[in-house]
Amino acid sequence: MKTLLVAEYRDGKLLASTYELVAFAQKIGADSAMFLVGSDSALPQYDGTIYLADSGKYNEFNPAVHKQLLLDVIAQEQPDLVVFSHSSYGWDLAPRIALGLKAAQISEVVDIVDGVLVTPLCNAKLRREVKAKTSQTVVTLQVGAFGLDSDPVGIPTVEQIDTDALAQVEFGGYEESEGGGVDLSKADVIVSAGRGIGKPENLEIIQRLAKALKGEYGASRPVVDAEWADHNRQVGTTGQTVSPKLYVACGISGAIQHLAGMKKSEFVVAINTDKDAPIGEVADVLIVADLKQFVPALIERLHK
Amino acid sequence: MKILVCIKQVPDMESKFKVNAAGTWYDDADLAWRMNEYDEYAVEQAIRLKEQVGDSDLTVLSIGSKRVQETMKKALAMGCDRGVHVNDDIVQHKSPFEIASIIAEFAGNKDFDMIFTGMQSQDRGSGQVGVLVAELLSLPCISTIVEFAYADGKVSAKRELEGGTRALVSCGLPALVTCQLGLNSPRYPTLPNIMKAKKKELLSFDVTELLKVEARQETVKTYFPDKKAGGLVLEGDVNDLADQLVKILKDQTAVLA
Repeated sequence: MKTLLVAEYRDGKLLASTYELVAFAQKIGADSAMFLVGSDSALPQYDGTIYLADSGKYNEFNPAVHKQLLLDVIAQEQPDLVVFSHSSYGWDLAPRIALGLKAAQISEVVDIVDGVLVTPLCNAKLRREVKAKTSQTVVTLQVGAFGLDSDPVGIPTVEQIDTDALAQVEFGGYEESEGGGVDLSKADVIVSAGRGIGKPENLEIIQRLAKALKGEYGASRPVVDAEWADHNRQVGTTGQTVSPKLYVACGISGAIQHLAGMKKSEFVVAINTDKDAPIGEVADVLIVADLKQFVPALIERLHK
Repeated sequence: MKILVCIKQVPDMESKFKVNAAGTWYDDADLAWRMNEYDEYAVEQAIRLKEQVGDSDLTVLSIGSKRVQETMKKALAMGCDRGVHVNDDIVQHKSPFEIASIIAEFAGNKDFDMIFTGMQSQDRGSGQVGVLVAELLSLPCISTIVEFAYADGKVSAKRELEGGTRALVSCGLPALVTCQLGLNSPRYPTLPNIMKAKKKELLSFDVTELLKVEARQETVKTYFPDKKAGGLVLEGDVNDLADQLVKILKDQTAVLA
């Protein structure tokens, strides 16, 4: 079984998720080669061939051009599996490759069992085993689902690649999220508000609990999108990743993107009226209750 | 300007799911249905573009059983001009490639200037359909947008990347964008608009008229994962629960010194 691993480069740096692709190939006992639009100043520690296109020339984001560079490498390497990270880069590029190859694409793979790929369904409340009917398959791996057991080692053999393909979109650079504000990654205790708080006025209950526990308050994406809390309070893939001693998730269902941002917390308490909420997968304690009643009761006891 | 927005009807994610009899998907009985949340942002943005440009026509398309017409009516009430319902009683068995092919087959000869989709669905979440439609129609595609602007024949958007960073991407028309949560604030349909929506055109045709491709993948099995061992689930009176939690925090963490 041959895999081609699509590494990612952003803002001049190789992303660590690259090693998750290597771990996946190792797990299935497959040979691999790598593809990267990046620079030889930031190559992965990898014992294999890297087909490298210069991001200075082709841009870090340029789907039509990256697609052609990658299809050319695939034509040469003939991999059985083309492996991406299920990231903002991967989920954008993978379908283009799948179509170009007339191959099935299976997204957000969390496991592989006896050669069958497993993906989440309905906010990960369910799992689905999927099989491709095509000879080649494109997969995107859930970030964090696979990982190396030990530090990566190796020095890659680099093959430079180029293309005449034209861009279809213009990339105008990056805009960092508004910095400043609280650094949640430094907090020992974080109490986060989710959609379950119901209305913006109830954020105050969460803030009071955070204060009673001498911690900081955070928020899930829907609360930030609704502008009930600032983006700098957001915990999750597109917010901050935290690992406090205690994480209290209030009215948070536990969307995959949120879990990715807090599942390494030492102790997780979830308060939710839904006993089956996916947050239960990472919670040490799940309190099935309405936070609007439970949290004030908890605060009262903490003040004693 | 001709605009298309593609929406999917999905169950409410807080539903209690069951696996269907064949073990291949979730059972669709006893579920509350709604517009895929990502598609709400797509519909809203499509309507705003329509309002901005003035002389434009906005079509909403959805694939599924007759039940999806309810969700389409919401899109019409929000402001879409007309609906196209592709009737398919077994849409849940179709893979992203088939769905995208159906949409591309419909849109192929209609010269839409802009196509909006959600970046993924809440149930399957493959995130493939929008990008596949663009590729099938040879349209530039900007996915995962959290900002959208249109001026002088050009789309300027911001893609949302991990960590909250945004990438500025622009392209000319015709184009397709896939929408991320938080792109805008989807409007609530007003009662007068809900009434007006009843008179808007909602054409229905059978999926067999548009499905010209075969599936490239299949679902082998759908199941519930084993519950993580060791997680404690507590229910009961909130005061008792609060007492219990304080004890647990004292015993198992160092935060209540």
